Amino acid sequence: MATLQVELVAVERKIWSGEATMVIARTTEGELGVLPGHAPLLGQLAPGGVVTIRTETGEDLTVAAHGGFLSVSEKGVSILAETAEISTEIDVERAREALRRAEDAGDDPEALDAARRAVSRLRAAGESV
Amino acid sequence: MAASLRALRRRIRSTQSTKKIFSAQELIAGARIVRAQARVEASKPYAREITRVLSALASSASLNHPLLTERENPRRAAVLVITSDRGFAGSYNVNVLRRTEELLALLRQEGKEPVLYVVGRKGETYYSFRDREMAETFTGFSEQPRYEDAQKVGSALIDVFTAGADDDEQGGAGDDGVLGVDELHIVYTEFRSLLAQVPVAKRMAPLEVEEVEEFDYEREDRESGAAGESGVPTSYEFEPSAEGLLDALLPKYITTRIYAAILEAAASESASRRRAMKSASDNAEELAKNLSRQANQARQAEITQEISEIVGGADALVSANAGD
Repeated sequence: MATLQVELVAVERKIWSGEATMVIARTTEGELGVLPGHAPLLGQLAPGGVVTIRTETGEDLTVAAHGGFLSVSEKGVSILAETAEISTEIDVERAREALRRAEDAGDDPEALDAARRAVSRLRAAGESV
Repeated sequence: MAASLRALRRRIRSTQSTKKIFSAQELIAGARIVRAQARVEASKPYAREITRVLSALASSASLNHPLLTERENPRRAAVLVITSDRGFAGSYNVNVLRRTEELLALLRQEGKEPVLYVVGRKGETYYSFRDREMAETFTGFSEQPRYEDAQKVGSALIDVFTAGADDDEQGGAGDDGVLGVDELHIVYTEFRSLLAQVPVAKRMAPLEVEEVEEFDYEREDRESGAAGESGVPTSYEFEPSAEGLLDALLPKYITTRIYAAILEAAASESASRRRAMKSASDNAEELAKNLSRQANQARQAEITQEISEIVGGADALVSANAGD
């Protein structure tokens, strides 16, 4: 079966790379699934979004990606994010705490940004928000 | 004679203890270079990807984004100078500041008024000592910069650049009442190798499209073996529109470039510090060696004098007794 070469890179380091059978992401336009052979595409990921990578072995890798882009070419998929965390690395308690703090902080853009980051982390960790 | 021996011993002790400080600094800087280099490496995949995405986009979208277009009659140019927070780094800061002065002179010659943005306490004190105006300063992260720091710097610069778009011909502020700038420049120290760090000045905005293409070719050259169709430009679908993506991507691209520059500067800073500390501790050792030579000489001279005094005294006693 054909696979996608997926690279997940955050600004400070490369987070994950490998073969996958499918990538599910949400761009600002809507939910999107990428299978091998997808047409080349550039998309902006929705803020607070979660990216799911279905690996070769059938496992799902859930990633909280913030402020990022998705680029699909013939060679594979690359996901660029300012910050990205794999679900297993996310500290749910801390994310909740961050969300609560951000919501208390009110309406300034920085707090909204922090809130969205926290929401995406919680969603990726499988919590309902 | 005894006094000078004591003074020499004191100097030896103090030289040795400063030497300890120098060699500790040298070791710390050495460890930091390795870490800083690793971070430069770690940031490369993202920079490469974003450059690739941007060049794909640039070939599809119309290039009249404000960050890409050359402004007619540029009046003011922002210059971001990256220096270190601490000294002890040899000529590191001097070199960056000298390169900056060259750039400032060039800008003035072209009739543009430079506006300074400074990273690092050393640059800040340099300009404030000379009573030169700085638009904004950022300190406290020169050795171990994080992406958030670059974001802070980046957003300040992009804001002031965007504000400059509507400035009028006479150099007054435009409709938004903010005096912006028409160009963004950056001066930082490029880390070529452990032995060579070179201060460089680059223009960040308006972005030069040639540069994007140059990156593109480089990428394609490497990929052409695998893909085998490097000559055919891929036509991409865009979500949202190409223009919308460009709007979102360009500020991030500039921030990425600032981040890369700060990281390289951090590596260079540690490398120069290590070199400076190495020669300082070598010099301290040399000095201690010379001083202990002098101290030994003084000590021997003292002993010789004592002996001749004793012998002289004994002689005097003997001749006094013989006289009886």
